[in-house]
Amino acid sequence: MSPASVPSSNDIVRRGAADLGAAIADGSLSSVEVTQAHLDRIADVDDSVHAFLHVDAEGALAAARAADEARAAGETRSPLAGVPIAVKDIVATKGQPTTAGSRILQGWIPPYDATVTTRLRAAGLPILGKTNMDEFAMGSSTEHSAYGPTHNPWDLDRIPGGSGGGSSAAVAAFEAPLAIGTDTGGSIRQPAAVTGTVGTKPTYGGVSRYGLIALASSLDQAGPCTRSVLDAALLHEIIGGHDVMDSTSIDAPVPGVVEAARRGDVAGLRIGVVDEISGEGFQPGVRARFEESLKLLEARGAEIVRVGCPSFVKGLAAYYLILPSEASSNLAKFDAMRYGLRVGPQGVASPSAEQVMAATRDAGFGDEVKRRIILGTYALSAGYYDAYYGQAQKVRTLIARDFAAAFEQADVLVTPTAPTTAFKLGEKLDDPMAMYLNDVATIPANLAGVPGMSIPNGLAEDGLPTGFQILAPATRDDRLYEVGAALEAALLEQWGAPILDQAPALPVREVTR
Amino acid sequence: MGWGTAAPVAVEGTHRLARMPELSRAEVAHVAMLARIQLSDAELDKLAGQLDQIVGFVATVGEIAADDIPPMSHPLPLVNVSRPDVVRPSLSSADALAAAPDAQAGRFAVPRILDEE
Repeated sequence: MSPASVPSSNDIVRRGAADLGAAIADGSLSSVEVTQAHLDRIADVDDSVHAFLHVDAEGALAAARAADEARAAGETRSPLAGVPIAVKDIVATKGQPTTAGSRILQGWIPPYDATVTTRLRAAGLPILGKTNMDEFAMGSSTEHSAYGPTHNPWDLDRIPGGSGGGSSAAVAAFEAPLAIGTDTGGSIRQPAAVTGTVGTKPTYGGVSRYGLIALASSLDQAGPCTRSVLDAALLHEIIGGHDVMDSTSIDAPVPGVVEAARRGDVAGLRIGVVDEISGEGFQPGVRARFEESLKLLEARGAEIVRVGCPSFVKGLAAYYLILPSEASSNLAKFDAMRYGLRVGPQGVASPSAEQVMAATRDAGFGDEVKRRIILGTYALSAGYYDAYYGQAQKVRTLIARDFAAAFEQADVLVTPTAPTTAFKLGEKLDDPMAMYLNDVATIPANLAGVPGMSIPNGLAEDGLPTGFQILAPATRDDRLYEVGAALEAALLEQWGAPILDQAPALPVREVTR
Repeated sequence: MGWGTAAPVAVEGTHRLARMPELSRAEVAHVAMLARIQLSDAELDKLAGQLDQIVGFVATVGEIAADDIPPMSHPLPLVNVSRPDVVRPSLSSADALAAAPDAQAGRFAVPRILDEE
């Protein structure tokens, strides 16, 4: 092969996952080449982006060689066999550190794989490394990571969203064609919106939670982070489906997400605009792009209807009771006894287990985790339970009823994903309430368990990406992909190139290889 | 107003939703210890004000009339899930202890759990 015909790393990393999977399958690229190209890209740009907490070059290349050997032997493991992926650091990966962005789990090596990890390995996807996140997935900016924030590839002084900012930034910076995120209140969708990428939160129970470090068990859901709707569907199909290891896993086939993504047909589909989350409090450029996207869907034959979801206005308050309550219980296991950090209180000669626990949890948890554990403990305490946690659960019922009524009038619901584009690092760090308001459009889906997706739908007046959120009834994840693919195609027609082509080039570290 | 500063432990059955919640520094310290977090004085100064603001916000769930509404703990109708009671592979003792802060004789070694008397 002459040097001129060797594909450059830059060409490889800008290709989508479906395309790379096809190239690996037909032998025009090897998984080792593709994986090495992404490892090189990580080496080049991750000093400035900091999407990764841990890179496993050796493990990824070994898996890539195995994928190439399997292909040579005629095995077809999946359409994404050989395509490398980044995994959020909240997903247990046997033999690779898993910290959930917390000091308390620094250096922890899980002795087992999460089901999501098992499925990725079985489908032949090399795991590049673990991505940065807000500690235990609490946050909307990755600034609550104990290991420093991730930077938005569109503007390195801005947040990449959170909690899964590392996964979205890795995909947006072409460090990985695919990533796994988890979404408890928007942690896949909001980072997707502010980085110009695609993210799906499947129906609650659609993807196994076994081996995900739990934040709020009734809200958590893992899903795909990608640069296109089809890539998300292909990954969704691999990680989704019933798992006996998760008692809340839905025992039914994965919805036909790939077919829907390939079809992208919205003719005759009723698309509901949620009155309560479409106008007030949203940045003008976010609203403008949203209105334009509605027109594009209408031009493709969809019918736009308006729906009211009056209880959504209390969703944020209910969420910030339910989540801390569940989190305070889930995080009780970090007790310095069986794994993770153990430190003694200063100046105590023979501390008790209880004193060691309290000192360790003070040293090992960051401010946001402490705030939420204390809030949850307070909300669940005797005398306050009914007024806080109990009342929040009733509001949750009302929100689920609002969804049920809205889905009588519309096949999908749509909103802007986040109220604003990416804000500056540090801007909201000491104002927890301002940070929480980012989640206003994304949390109703988690409270009701319905699936949601964010796709990039343009740039706002500040030149930063905006997101368009699609919500569907439980188990109808296929509709997200139907609408997402239709809007993506319409936008691509208008732009002539993917939105990430408009992102500025990242500073590349000078390395000699 | 919220929890009385003199008596930081909540009294069973008292709901004071009508009033603005107020979470004092002493109350935050008390709840933090219930959650086994030994906050420093500086942390208490910082977190107490923030938590008071957050509690004020989340208490607005009380503004919605929901007396006759059933609570929802989970998005899916849950059913009991069981599997046949058969022996299957699990972690070895060495794997389970590999990340322990301290281990002894194949067991987790923990600080003293009884008072020194």
